[in-house]
Amino acid sequence: MISFNHVTKSYGEEITAIDDVDFTVEEGKIVVLLGPSGCGKTTLLRMVNQLESITKGEIVINGENSKDLDPIELRRKIGYVIQSNGLFPNMTIEENVMIVPDLLGWNKKKKRERFEYLMNLIGLDPKDYGKRYPHELSGGQQQRIGVVRALAADPPVMLMDEPFGALDPIIRDKIQEEFLQIQREVKKTILFVSHDIDEAIKMADKIVLLRDGKIMQFDTPSEMLAHPNNEFVSQFFGKDRAIKSLSLHTVQNLREVIGLGPVDEAIQDTKTIHVHQDLRNTLSMLLNQEADQVIVKDEQDENIGTITIDMVQKYLHFEIKGKMSASQEG
Amino acid sequence: MKRKKIIGNSVRFALYAAVAVFFIWAISNSYFDYIFSQSDTFLVLLRQHVVLVLVSSLLAILIAVPAGILITRPKFKKVEWVFSNIANLGQTIPSLAVLALMISILGIGFQTAVFALFIYSILPIFRNTVAGIDSIDKNMIDAAKGMGMKPHQILFRIELPNSAYSILAGIRTAVVLNIGTAALAYVVGAGGLGVWIFTGINLFDNGFLISGAIPVTLLAILADYILRKVEYIVVPKGSRRVEKA
Amino acid sequence: MDNWARFLEVNSSRILELTIDHAILVSLAIFVALLIGIPLGIYLTTNQYLADTVLQIASITLTIPSIALFGVMIPIFSLINQGIGFVPAFVALVLYSQLPIIRNTYTGIKNVNPEMRDAAIGMGMKTRQRLLRVEIPNALPVIMAGVRTAVVMNIGIAVIAAYIGAGGLGVLITQGISRNDNYLIISGSIAVAILAIIADAILLLIQKRFTKKAIAE
Repeated sequence: MISFNHVTKSYGEEITAIDDVDFTVEEGKIVVLLGPSGCGKTTLLRMVNQLESITKGEIVINGENSKDLDPIELRRKIGYVIQSNGLFPNMTIEENVMIVPDLLGWNKKKKRERFEYLMNLIGLDPKDYGKRYPHELSGGQQQRIGVVRALAADPPVMLMDEPFGALDPIIRDKIQEEFLQIQREVKKTILFVSHDIDEAIKMADKIVLLRDGKIMQFDTPSEMLAHPNNEFVSQFFGKDRAIKSLSLHTVQNLREVIGLGPVDEAIQDTKTIHVHQDLRNTLSMLLNQEADQVIVKDEQDENIGTITIDMVQKYLHFEIKGKMSASQEG
Repeated sequence: MKRKKIIGNSVRFALYAAVAVFFIWAISNSYFDYIFSQSDTFLVLLRQHVVLVLVSSLLAILIAVPAGILITRPKFKKVEWVFSNIANLGQTIPSLAVLALMISILGIGFQTAVFALFIYSILPIFRNTVAGIDSIDKNMIDAAKGMGMKPHQILFRIELPNSAYSILAGIRTAVVLNIGTAALAYVVGAGGLGVWIFTGINLFDNGFLISGAIPVTLLAILADYILRKVEYIVVPKGSRRVEKA
Repeated sequence: MDNWARFLEVNSSRILELTIDHAILVSLAIFVALLIGIPLGIYLTTNQYLADTVLQIASITLTIPSIALFGVMIPIFSLINQGIGFVPAFVALVLYSQLPIIRNTYTGIKNVNPEMRDAAIGMGMKTRQRLLRVEIPNALPVIMAGVRTAVVMNIGIAVIAAYIGAGGLGVLITQGISRNDNYLIISGSIAVAILAIIADAILLLIQKRFTKKAIAE
């Protein structure tokens, strides 16, 4: 758990970079710091592992005030991932991943096992990749290594500064999925910086929306999309925030509210989707193909119905927009 | 494609031929004879030359590398430009002048030459050390700090291995230059193979010229070759590719 | 201070004369080096085999100590009765300039953005047009950096050339050594340093002048 208690950072009298920020990252949850560039999100993140100083207030990590901790000890207990992966070119992949365990003095066998476990998490063969150097890997692979390096010593807390920002959209999407999968298994307490709204909606249990060092809203993605606190928040998420919020709903949700269409066995070449697929992907799939319906499959790979654009639209209108307009027009 | 290869190879062989012709010509005119007829003197001069270079280079490395590391620490970062400019300016002063001026301070002799060579070798090593460390991606240092590495761990595990190429290239430049400058040590009376070159110039004796100049040249080429091999061994495999240019 | 005033009063015109000699020797050598090095560097971009060979030769040449190169050249040029003086010094300076000039021309052009090159080919430019209009202008900053290296280096090497009777500011230093006269040594050294700094500054100005703003970073 990471608690920010009225944290402020100022440079001299004039400039306040972080202004009375107060929120908590619950155990095992991902909180995304979101906001335009210069809003202070990276500064806030770096205050946690004391790469930036705190002027006023305190940050409490798992019950301990960060000020009372030795910065070196503290940092070794916190996983840290940055955008340009920060891998060390002079070290092999295995050496890179095992830096913190090495600093902590783990023995060879323990390191070896940990390395194999981590590489298997991201689906890279530890034998094949261990002896390679960072430049021999693709950008996506390097970033994956950056992530598992942060997980190496099994830190309870992770700080991630736009970890997937430099990747192209398709790979980014894949790695985000993969990371969420890993997170379901390892359940770290994660503070995650992003400037990408879609990424924030996808990754976050809760979002902190920042502007000029102040919190504009601290809420779950769906709440923030449905009930923006103020003009800035609703503008930041844009006019299409209803469509954005589709990614928070699955085909299953739609099935529960309005049901699915019947399966027409005569239509053979229709694409299929999984019932836990989010509606935003479903919509783009529907829009991108000629047929106006796709077949929905459940966990057992059985066809359980079909879904059409009209149905998504209906769901969007009544379920999402309806709830939004109940609280606020616009 | 084939024609280009032929051109490339013929240039290479033309050069080999030219070098061969030169040596045949020099040998047939017995220009190398002094090396054998005065082999004792030759060995003394050679030893003087090598000692001059080794002592001054080692001292320069011992001073310049730590100085370069020190000046790139956050504490001294502000004054870095002052020292870098002094180093740049220093390199426009001719090596001969550095030797000559040392005479008035330290008099004639071996120590004077070592000191002058040492001073002159500091500059390229210092410059390359600073440039090597400065060229390291700041994000990498940030990642290292964020992982809880202590300053000395960052220096020895990240900064030095990744600037090794640049530092060693600086040392190689300095040593090769030093071998040439040591040939001027004659003017401060410190001996070395320069003695024969200058004797040759003064007496218009081609034998002394060639017997002095060719060994100095071979020494420089050999040092360059060995130090490149050392670079290849010492520089970590992963950072080799990045800085190769 | 008084001594310096007296020294300069007597010697300033000679210092100036030697500085000019020095500058002429270096300029001529650089001029010829450019005539050889730039076309060669450009040609090398089309022939990888030759490029490897030539760059290797040039880099070995650069490791040869200057006094040793002079030592080897004297006997060779004695064959045409030019053993001592301007000719061996001039040839040595041309040789030493080759590596920085050829290498920078070669890498400068090689490093021109391939997309830019593609665009030029796509527009139907001939090889010569492409070189003159696209590749050389874009490689100019790198080429000029090589020229500056060569000039500053040559100004230093030309000092040694005084020992083989090529004149220039080295004369002040060599005379200072033999007469044990620090005024000569110091004034010679300072003149050399100033010459190097001024030459570098002038070349930098030329480089900026001829580099289109957009490429000059």
